[in-house]
Amino acid sequence: MRIVTALIILLALASLPFWVSAYILAVLTVAYYFGVFAMAWDLLFGFAGEVNFGPTFLIGLGAYSAGLLDNHGVPVWLCVIAGALAAVIGGFVLALPALRLRGPYFGLITLVAVLVLQQVIVIFAGVTGGEIGLTINDVLSVDSGHNYWLALAFLVISGLILYSFSRSAAGLILQACGQDAIEAQALGFNVAKHKLAAFAVSALFSGLAGAMLVFYLGTASVDTVVDISVGVQIIIAAVLGGRRTIVGAAIGAVFLIVAGEILRPLGQLNTFVVSAIALVVILFFPDGLVGYLLRRGERA
Amino acid sequence: MTPPLLEVSGLTKRFGGLVAVKNLGFSIAAGEILGLIGPNGSGKSTAMKLIMGIERANIGSVRLAGREIVSWPTHRIARAGIGLVFQHSRPLHRQTVLENIKLALLPDSLFQLAAERSVDAKARAIGERVGLGAVLDRHPTTLPFADLRRMELAKAIARDPEVVLVDEPFAGLTLAEVESFSALIRSFREEGKAVLLVDHNVKGVAALVDRVLAMYLGERIAEGQADAVMRDETVRRVYLGGAIETHARAIAPEKSGVPLLKVTDLSVFYGKAQALERVALEVHEREFVSVVGLNGAGKTTLFNAISGLVPYAGAIEWRGGALAGKTPAAIARGGIAQCPETRELFGDMSVQENLDLGGQHQPPAERAARLIWLYDLFPILKSRSKQLARTLSGGEQQMLAIARALMMNPSLLILDEPTLGLAPVILEQLSKALERLRETTSITVLLGEQNVTFALPHADRVYVLEHARIIWQGPPDRFAAEAGAGYL
Repeated sequence: MRIVTALIILLALASLPFWVSAYILAVLTVAYYFGVFAMAWDLLFGFAGEVNFGPTFLIGLGAYSAGLLDNHGVPVWLCVIAGALAAVIGGFVLALPALRLRGPYFGLITLVAVLVLQQVIVIFAGVTGGEIGLTINDVLSVDSGHNYWLALAFLVISGLILYSFSRSAAGLILQACGQDAIEAQALGFNVAKHKLAAFAVSALFSGLAGAMLVFYLGTASVDTVVDISVGVQIIIAAVLGGRRTIVGAAIGAVFLIVAGEILRPLGQLNTFVVSAIALVVILFFPDGLVGYLLRRGERA
Repeated sequence: MTPPLLEVSGLTKRFGGLVAVKNLGFSIAAGEILGLIGPNGSGKSTAMKLIMGIERANIGSVRLAGREIVSWPTHRIARAGIGLVFQHSRPLHRQTVLENIKLALLPDSLFQLAAERSVDAKARAIGERVGLGAVLDRHPTTLPFADLRRMELAKAIARDPEVVLVDEPFAGLTLAEVESFSALIRSFREEGKAVLLVDHNVKGVAALVDRVLAMYLGERIAEGQADAVMRDETVRRVYLGGAIETHARAIAPEKSGVPLLKVTDLSVFYGKAQALERVALEVHEREFVSVVGLNGAGKTTLFNAISGLVPYAGAIEWRGGALAGKTPAAIARGGIAQCPETRELFGDMSVQENLDLGGQHQPPAERAARLIWLYDLFPILKSRSKQLARTLSGGEQQMLAIARALMMNPSLLILDEPTLGLAPVILEQLSKALERLRETTSITVLLGEQNVTFALPHADRVYVLEHARIIWQGPPDRFAAEAGAGYL
């Protein structure tokens, strides 16, 4: 039943380019990339139990690596792969020492990492474009419909992979590590190894999505892929949609971006209203929208 | 004689200045059950964690079938064949009981996406064995407390360890459940596993164990057959305090009007575990009342209910008025100061600052006067007044916690396990301070203790709390004769 519903929704979404405006497609395209960011983040927060305050560190690494390579004439597909790899390597270097720390320190390290990356980009403005941004010569496609389909397909495939991973045997171990690390160790699981793997997977999808997003936007800038506020938006999206659900994170991200667009006429009030909605949901439905529905389903 | 499966020798663990485990050594053979007992704070749980690698030993050796494992990480020790049955657990709530058991059967692999087919059948068989057969497809949150403990046992069985460590096997279980758990633990012995049972008193595990090792303040004080250990002089002194002089004052009868504190029919549940069952208790003005009970009996829960920190059924009256519905802060301002077991000092503030915080609601003149009085009561605190609270020794911290509670000028002072983890010489100082408090002020004291030596001398009346119920009450001089036997 659930699968049929999901397929119908998917078909409806895939048909959008035939009957809605290019403007709506553009909003949704960005929203889908954000969906992947949020899902990758949920893998860490919901399953590994680690709060990563710097999702944009991974995204930014992917985006800027891809953008810089493109400026040196490397083919687009290679740039995207290189961006994903850069994110994984960067994530590894960060997480390896940070995961040894306990309590809130992992989160703080990830936060500082974002600030460092941001400063590096500004300082090396000659190469990176600094605060103005990096202009990308190539695009994924000039057709808004094609771009939309690409983003949708990417969202669906990423979602399937991350969801399957979360429901697999390895995902079960990861959840145990996140919820009670001492007991997981006493059951013979190397907690550091599993968390590190989760970080690498999260980094892979963040980096991929970041790289693809800059080729869609045609520019890489601190404001769109690195700034702390972008990271906060991703976190809000994932929590809003529902912790430990993967799918919820994507729904939360689409909701947040679309709501932001719809409320744009409100001007300054726009961010306020969206944030207020997010606050209410987090206060009264801490399991998020999808989490809330799942729990009702369990009880019934 | 088969060589021992688990050999521990010279094991020592220090936490800052506190020596939690001191030169501990024992061995367990295959098919043998050893009971590791000791009062709260004696270091037995730390010893268990050292074996499992959850805490790192400072020195010492742990050998599993001849192999040195003391420096290994926990997961490697677990893989090598030691399993731990936790007392409290956080099961995976979104997964079913069956999936929770399956988890324990999985290899430590990143790339195994689906569990092998045999895993499902194995998990089911283990579930049946521990008596979870009917609830395998339910979520842990819907299970009664005993079934959650069964699930923990199932996870340990799933790992098929050679050595099983069980932390307080029977805490929170009813008599019938204790029986079925004992049977399961006995089956470990028949399978040739070495079992270590960690518990508070000999009585609880006597029927099950082959040998008992008793610990106190991190050291071994006795080892042998259960009945021999129960007869041991040192053990009796630690648990019962040998000959105790009591100084009960007959206060209660004359002041029979309205008791200062009256608890009736008090019941408290933590989820599914019942922590208190229809407890009744009275404390009269100027009285010193001790509530004696082992760890887990419900003392802290009782005090937390009085302080308004846990929801409860039943009635708690303070000077004749109900306390239900009042906030903890309002109750504290009403004159009930609790000095919690965990002390809850502000570690990064000085002694003086901690005391000033306690006196926040007093007028300045009164505050200054109380401070002088308290420094007189605990002279050591005066010499440490500028020192940070977390740098104090355990005994000094306890004194500070009591002094801070007294700064609030309470009518009733609740002391929860003040002797926890303290050396005998500190107990003496603390005991003297309590005596002066009793003799020179009109304060009412409600003391919770498992250390009878400390609890009886100053008490006017004693209640014994066991498994969530008051099982005895009376004057302290009758305690040893009427309630002492059940206390070993």
